[in-house]
Order: sequence, then structure tokens, then C-alpha cells
Amino acid sequence: MSLLDAYLSPQDRAFREEVRAFLRDHLPPRLARQQRSHSHLPRDDVVEWHQILHRRGWGAPSWPKEHGGTGWTPLQRFIFEDQCALADAPPLSMFGINMVGPVIYTFGSEAQKRRFLPAIVAMTEHWCQGYSEPGAGSDLAGLRTRAEVDGSEYVVNGSKIWTSDAHKADWMFCLVRTDPQAKQQKGISFLLIEMKSPGITVRPIISIDGGHTLNEVFFDNVRVPRANLVGEENQGWTYAKFLLGHERSATPEVSRTKRRMVLLREIAATMQSNGRPLAQDPHFALRLAGAQVELDALELTNLRLLLDEDYSGDGMAAASMMKLRGSEVMQLVTELTLDALGPGVMPYEDAGDGSTQTPGAPDCALGRVEDYFLRRAATIYAGSSETQRNILAKLVFGT
Amino acid sequence: LKFAINDDQRALRDSVQAWLTKEYPHALWRDIACGPRAGAPAFWKEFAGMGWLGAALPERFGGLGGGTADAAVLAEAFGGALVLEPYVSTVVLGAGLIRAAGSAKQQSEWLPQVAEGRLRLAFAQAEAQSRFALHDVQARAQRSGDGWAISGEKVSVWDAPDADWLVVLARTAGDRMDRRGLGLFVVPRGAAGVTLRRFPMIDKRPGAHVRFDRARATAVLGDPEDALPAVQRVADQALAVLASEACGAMETAIAQTVAYLQQRKQFGQPLAQFQVLRHRVVDMRVQLECSRSLALHAALRADDPATAPRAAASAKVQAGRAGRWIGHQAVQLHGGMGMTDELAIGHVMKRLLMLDTFLGNADHHQQQLAALETATA
Repeated sequence: MSLLDAYLSPQDRAFREEVRAFLRDHLPPRLARQQRSHSHLPRDDVVEWHQILHRRGWGAPSWPKEHGGTGWTPLQRFIFEDQCALADAPPLSMFGINMVGPVIYTFGSEAQKRRFLPAIVAMTEHWCQGYSEPGAGSDLAGLRTRAEVDGSEYVVNGSKIWTSDAHKADWMFCLVRTDPQAKQQKGISFLLIEMKSPGITVRPIISIDGGHTLNEVFFDNVRVPRANLVGEENQGWTYAKFLLGHERSATPEVSRTKRRMVLLREIAATMQSNGRPLAQDPHFALRLAGAQVELDALELTNLRLLLDEDYSGDGMAAASMMKLRGSEVMQLVTELTLDALGPGVMPYEDAGDGSTQTPGAPDCALGRVEDYFLRRAATIYAGSSETQRNILAKLVFGT
Repeated sequence: LKFAINDDQRALRDSVQAWLTKEYPHALWRDIACGPRAGAPAFWKEFAGMGWLGAALPERFGGLGGGTADAAVLAEAFGGALVLEPYVSTVVLGAGLIRAAGSAKQQSEWLPQVAEGRLRLAFAQAEAQSRFALHDVQARAQRSGDGWAISGEKVSVWDAPDADWLVVLARTAGDRMDRRGLGLFVVPRGAAGVTLRRFPMIDKRPGAHVRFDRARATAVLGDPEDALPAVQRVADQALAVLASEACGAMETAIAQTVAYLQQRKQFGQPLAQFQVLRHRVVDMRVQLECSRSLALHAALRADDPATAPRAAASAKVQAGRAGRWIGHQAVQLHGGMGMTDELAIGHVMKRLLMLDTFLGNADHHQQQLAALETATA
């Protein structure tokens, strides 16, 4: 019985059964294995799974019905995400579904909604996020990429960094400076840029796990129609803040960490220690139990945020707290996974298919070391833990 | 009484560090680790020529007469530059086992070759099921004519792809977990019946799973039925050396982090001005100093059987935990840059994970210490 059962209504449980049955019948085993073994999933695999969901009408779980979404309640969305993670379903495109889509249907023009939303729901177009710059990371408002009006177009110059999937994307939603005189947050606009525009160069950044998701993107007199401005000029920071709230609520990945814990238990049951399974080693069992407490606390906090109407923190505080704690528990579980693998963490070989693997490791260890390396970024991306603590401290102290 | 390395060791450390700074910069490391020469020990002859390979070996075998403390001094400098050459495998483990178990004739014949850089060794000990238990051995050595034939599989053998000889721990009698019935056998890497599955390891050190299929041993080191005590003695020496190597890597992690925080500006000031980051770096520094004390203690006690096991295990626990934590913090404080393969800092983190793992991670040695506690309680 899962931790959540006591808090689910019969309708919620029926919904969960519906999702489970769908995953059982429609998630190809090949894709589930890819999801486990590849920290950098190929675009075709993401598309394949997304289109399976789309055919079922689940292409945009978090969106309202009028824009092609499901109209699910927050709890239903949570149940859906949870079941997908536990089944090793590839994650939906964060940048399209969770980020730019909600900005477009909240702040965009009717023409933009018609042009962009259907292709996001059907995943016929891929998106990436142009936020961070070499000089603007945690201090995002320090960004300097500029867009100058020239007739019916903007001319964009500058560069972005840490751009996930830029090499696979058709479009980028991008923060650009449109008023160079304005201070910091003012003077920033939210622009949609087609990645095949002349003047865009994408340079790969190989991450410490050995894989490629990150990129640098350079803009050299890139011409963008003014019709691709979302909302009002110089109001981009408002939309970015709205979106950052979305990003933080999507990134706790509590359910993905639950899945990591299941895999960790499989590893502990498989690895030998002193002639018995590691899971029977009292010392390791103690650590496993401790990690489970921290994970349960995270999962139930996530659920309480959904189900307790009296929860007193505002939405932003909850998002920061879940990002902060979610990334810590994620890393705790990936580190314990290394300890469970013991000497099995040492071999690390380019598998030649975009992943790095550990030769000779049992099947349950598939992709775990790569996952550990890549998830060191969880406390850095989308606002580092230090930045989240600053946000939360301001709320706690009122200053 | 002094609790410090001596003047000769200090001079050795300074000269090794000076050479590595000049001749083993990160760009070159990358070329050695990932380039066309990947896996081959690029500077082995130079290391021999400068007397480093013999520093911890007796003078009568062409060495400089030092001991484990000298090996630890070298390893700390090597760790700081992420050196890939097989020093621990060849000198600390390989030559250490020859000294601990080999005959006088074997020692006088082979140790000078090690000191001169003409003989590279790898210790084939761990098996798929053995985790970190030295005595959990299933590979078999069986009498064959006037020698021995080895069969079985060893996993993640450090530096095996480029070793001349493998020193193999194999069972001559008894069952899998028996402490007796183990022998040490020398098998040339290229011998018939030896198959290597090579791969880079997480810190780019070359490794291999090695399969022995009735491979003929060219020599036995010591008693073929009772090698475990010698293996344990040498393993304790190696733990002290690995803990010292970790201290060198921790020092590099901290130095690079301090430099980055001083140079990187956000919110209009260098990151080094933020108190929360300053405190973090101080905690890293404190953990390094504690690791260094236990590593030095273990290196100085390594040749005394009464105190070596506890000192070695303590040093490995501390260096393993501190090393992994410092590696994580160094990457974190580098922000996105810390996540790139291009920067050295991620590779320092991986070296520290490697040094925690090899010959038993912190959990394992803490359990060894707990066993000592309960035995004397």
C-alpha cells in the first residue's frame, strides 16, 4: 500500500487505476528501459511517448481544456506524474508543456495561441529556454542579450548559456533586454525565437556525466518578427517570474526520486556483502530507513500542499521549499545508490549511444552512476539552493 | 617529538608539486585521460628518473630507503594534479605485496625493476561478489605440473590494461569466505588464458575486468595457503596512501573553489563576499585538515602491525566522507561551470569518489572499526 492511499478518494483511486492500466498497456518497454539508462534521452524517444499520450488526450496534463489540456485537478496531475515516474515513462517536455505553453496561453496574443499551442500539445515542435547568460546565473536580472527594434523586427545580439536541448529545439523562449537604460528587472522582454534563424550558433557543453544536453547559444544580428514578442515590451520579468514559479513546482521530481528509491532497494537486494544481500546488512538497512523517512516527509509535504487549504505559506514559498528540499533528497538517494553499488561505481564507459554505462554491472544498476553525476546539478539549476534559501529567508524575516 | 613529515619528505613534496605544476597541467591531463594516448602512463619513465618510484623502496633494491610516509607524500602531490600513472597499483600494492610475501630472491630481482620503471604491476583482488571483503575469493589456483593454473574472474582491476604483471589473489583451499587457503600468484597480463575487458573508470584511470581461464602463474609470492595476513598489511599501507592522495585532491578542490569565488561576480559583488559561501569554504578547509591529520597518522603507523589497522581504517573513513562532501561542495560553488566536463573541478570530484571507493568505502571501514569496538567491549 502506498503512503498516499489513505488520502485518496475512491474517485482518485479509480483515476490512478486508469493511469496505471494505460501505462501498462501503452508504455513500450523499450522506452522505459531507455528512460532508466539514458540521462540524455534522444528527441525521438521523447516524441514517441508524447504522441502516445497525445492520442489519449493527455498531451498537456497541466493545461486547461480550452487550450488542449486535460482539465485535471492538481491532485489528478500529481497522481498522473507519480504513476508515470514509477513506470519509468519518459518525462514530458518541460520547456514546452510546463513553461512556455502556460506563458503563451496566459499572456500571449490570440495569434500566438493559435500558432504555438497546438504544436506544443502534439509535440511537433520542441522548445528550449533562453534565460541564463555567462554573466547572469543566479542573478538572472543581470542579463545583457539585447533586442533592438528595426522596422517590423527585433535584431538580437548576445549569448545564452546552460541552454538544455538547444541543439534539439525548434524554438527558444528568450529573455532579452529591450530598454538598455532601465535598471535590472525593468527593460526585459519575452521573445519567441526560431532556432533556425540566420545568425544563431549552438555550441555543445558536455556535462560531468559525459553527456550532452547543455549548450551555449550565440546570437549575431538575429532578426525576429515583432509579432513574436509575448505580452508587452519591457514586461518580460513579470512573465519570467510567473514561469519560474511553474518551473519550481515542476522540478521537485518527488516521484522520480521515489522511483530512484525503488531501484536502490533492487540494487541492495542484488549486491552481495559478506555472503548475503546488502539489504540484509543492518548498517545499510539503517541508512536506507533514514533515507526513506526523508523521502516520505518530502512526499507528504508535497501532498499536504495540494490537499491542505489552510496551508499558510504563499505559492512562491512552497515552490522554493519544494525545489530546495526536493533536490536535496534526490541527491541523498543518488549518493546512497553509489554506496549500495560500492565497487560497482568505478567502471564508466561511453556506450556510444549518448549514454555512459558501467560495464559488468547488474541490470538494476543501469544508468545509476550517470544519474548521480548529472543530478549534482539539481541544487544548481532553476535557482541554486543558496538562491532558494535567500528567497525563503526574505519571507521568514519579512525583509 | 614531531607529528609531521620530515625535512626530506617536505623537500620531496615541494619538488614533486613543482614538477607537476609545470609538466602536468590540466590541459595535458585531459590529453592523457581522453586523447589518443588514453590509458597509457605518459610519464612513467620520468617518474622513475626522478627517483619517485623508488622513494618508498629499500636502498638495497635501488630505492631511496623511505617507507609508507614517503609514498603518502608522493600520493598527496599526485592527487592534487589528478595524476593517472599507476603509482598505487605498481609501487604501493604490487611492490608492497612482493616485499610483504615474496622471497629474498624475488625481491632482489623484481623491486629494482619497479624502481627503474621497467615493471608495472596491478593487483587483481576484487570479485563480483566480494564487495570490499579481501578474503571473499572464488578465483581458484590449482596445481598444474610444477606450477599453478588460475581460473576465475576479477573485477575493476585498477591499471590492469597497462600492467606487465597481474598479482592475483586466488584460492588454493577452502571455501569462498575462508580466511585461510589464499595465495598470491604472478600472472603476466599477456599470458595465455588471460582476457581483459578494458574500460576507463570514473576518474579516467584505466581499469579492466579480468578473466583467467587456466592461466599459468609464473611465480607464487609466499605461502600459497596463507597470503591473507600479507594482503591485509599491504592493504592498510595502501589505505594510508589513498587517504593522502585524497587530501591532495581536496586541496585542489578548495584552491580552485576559492579562486572561482574570488573571480565570479553576481549581484554586483564577487561571490567570495557572501558569508554563506565563505563559511562553506571554511568547513571544507576544516574537513581537509582533519583528513590530513588522520592520513599522516596512518602513514606513520602503517608499518606497525599493532596500530596500523585502526589508523588506516580511520584515515580512509575520514578521507572518504570528507572527500566526497568537499567534491560535492566544490562543484556546487562553481555553479553551472562545475557541471561541465571542460573544467577540472568535476574530475577532482570523481577522483575523490574513486579514492573513497577503492579498497573499501567509508561505510565499509567504519564497519571494520565498529567490529574492533565490539571485539574489545
